[in-house]
Amino acid sequence: MKRSHWSIPYVVFLTIFVVLPLVLILVYAFQDGSGHFTLSNITKFFSDSDALGTFGVSIEVAIENTLICILLGYPAAWILANKELNRSAVTIILFIMPMWINALMRTLATAELFNMLDITLGKGTLLFGMVYDYLPFMIYPIYNVLNRMDKSYAEAAQDLGATPWQVFWKVTVPLSMPGVSSGILMVFMPTVSTFAISEFLTNNKIKLFGTIIQENINSSMWNYGAALALIMLVIIGITTLLTDERKEAVEGGLI
Amino acid sequence: MAGDHIIDLKHVSKRFGDKVVLDDINLYIRKGEFVTLLGPSGCGKTTTLRLISGFLAPDEGEILLNGKDISGIPPYKRPFNTVFQRYALFPHLDVYDNIAFGLKLQKVPEDEIDKRVGRVLKLVSMSDYEDRDVESLSGGQQQRVAIARALVNQPEILLLDEPLAALDLKMRKDMQIELKEMHRKLGITFIYVTHDQEEALTLSDTIVVMNEGKIQQIGTPTDIYNEPVNCFVADFIGESNILKGRMLRDRRVAFIKHEFDCVDEGFGEDVPVDVVVRPEDIYFTTDPAKCQFKATVNSCIFKGVHYEMWVDTDTGYELMIQDYDPYEVGTEVMLYIDPDDIQVMHKERTRNVFDGKMVDETHVEMIGGVFECLPQPGLSGGENVKVEATFEAVDLLDHQEDGVVAGEVHFLLYKGDHYHLTILTDEGYHLWVDTNDIWDKGDLVGVNIAAADLKITKCDEA
Repeated sequence: MKRSHWSIPYVVFLTIFVVLPLVLILVYAFQDGSGHFTLSNITKFFSDSDALGTFGVSIEVAIENTLICILLGYPAAWILANKELNRSAVTIILFIMPMWINALMRTLATAELFNMLDITLGKGTLLFGMVYDYLPFMIYPIYNVLNRMDKSYAEAAQDLGATPWQVFWKVTVPLSMPGVSSGILMVFMPTVSTFAISEFLTNNKIKLFGTIIQENINSSMWNYGAALALIMLVIIGITTLLTDERKEAVEGGLI
Repeated sequence: MAGDHIIDLKHVSKRFGDKVVLDDINLYIRKGEFVTLLGPSGCGKTTTLRLISGFLAPDEGEILLNGKDISGIPPYKRPFNTVFQRYALFPHLDVYDNIAFGLKLQKVPEDEIDKRVGRVLKLVSMSDYEDRDVESLSGGQQQRVAIARALVNQPEILLLDEPLAALDLKMRKDMQIELKEMHRKLGITFIYVTHDQEEALTLSDTIVVMNEGKIQQIGTPTDIYNEPVNCFVADFIGESNILKGRMLRDRRVAFIKHEFDCVDEGFGEDVPVDVVVRPEDIYFTTDPAKCQFKATVNSCIFKGVHYEMWVDTDTGYELMIQDYDPYEVGTEVMLYIDPDDIQVMHKERTRNVFDGKMVDETHVEMIGGVFECLPQPGLSGGENVKVEATFEAVDLLDHQEDGVVAGEVHFLLYKGDHYHLTILTDEGYHLWVDTNDIWDKGDLVGVNIAAADLKITKCDEA
């Protein structure tokens, strides 16, 4: 058997579960209910102020969530990677462990907690839930990059007269950017598309882009739903390309 | 203290955990000197450099800069710059920004930075490379940028940690010449760390030979080469024949069962010594009047400039000789050595001496094991004793568990007709062995000493 035959199962899998759905989304997005080609689904989105508003809120929440994750995650990763401050691998596992529990269950539990404490569900609770869910995805890639960073760079900077503070800002931070961009990708993309967190943690008071796609598809508006999904795909594609370009400069990244 | 010392190390010791890395180092470095710390890996040379640069702090002793203690000064405030072994150029900055890094931190004006960066780039022959990405440079070019980045800050001392180790031979030779030239032009102090003895001999004004955390010898390259103070230095620097000898009287020494005139005095009469003869200092002759001893050539290898020959002397010793002319294997040759070329060294020790404790009349405990000994009337259990054993008396066994104590071959020297081994036991004791068997460095051995070979004397009450 030729070696290329080994790839057959993967090709079949990818065709059925990746290529075909994408093609279907593309086809549905440009069809009306009776199967004729149309651009109306796309134009409908751009003239639908509700949808546009939701889209804006989604991007805003995603950016806020990503920023909070960087602000909390970077120091955490730095402390974890610093051998003088963190001598045990257990602390790293503690940070990663929430990922072992299903995100839906965690979100439900968080919602219960807010109910119990009589905290009104809203944007604050939404962001809290998102940060709680996605923080490990920010910490881990940054920790990886920091942990593997050759400490002679920091020593060289000190040798050239940099104070510990200057070493951090002029060497450590720029050299850890590949980890930060991996983290951004892993946090930003899923927050744009999520709908479960907003459903549970705001009782659907705040709708995200994912929510309206889900609503359209649930009410059998396949074509409009597909068009919205396609728009989101394009957005995510663009962010990925942007982060990828920066990554080329310095080797590094996720795992 | 002399006024021209820029660095003084006084009784400096450093431990990592239980391991003593530096043991009471005393060293001074003069202003403008090119000093090389030379030794095998693990000898403490890099640790010494890191103590000077401030990345490590000594456990004991003090480090003085221009006579002032600098223990409390962090590395970024010390007026030194380092060229790191793997260069450590910042990958996120281009050549210009790498070099300007230190100057920008000092808030040097922009146009001044431009001028100084341009000047050092010219010094390292890297003009026109300002905008290049450091990762697109070859090893040799990165090396030059690393040197430029250190020099642009006009340090009082340039520290170099095996800077040429990653380069190929040809490039290394070129860079050696350039470094020497830079040192001459700049007039600042260079402290250079290397394990390459040839590099040290080529570059240095002063060489500090180190081994196992101790300084073995400090001297000029010619001193170190021509007058090594002990077997380690003789063996580490260049090729050498190291032989057991006996100083008969002033200027007369016996080794390889022949007598030779030499230039050394003051050893006393009939004293055991070690003798070093460099392989290029043994000469062939056809004049029977000049001949001091005869030998048979047993191998001859071409080494480029010279031939390296091993000969068996008429008295059963093997010697290495280097000469421009080859002699065929099997040829009987006549040889002589100039009195000037015989280097006589005090023996560091002539036998093993251990502190021990009697277990009972026929057993003594020492170096972490209990050895059987001949009945010692008058010595009871628990008494402290001194135990002596000759180098030949120590038996080495292939299997560690067969010996009374276990250890490994730590260092070995060929002495013409036998090997002289240093054994480091698992408990951290040293013992020395003469043997005809062939061992390699790092071999695990069991150690035993026959009861009859242990000479036990009672310790004097102190």
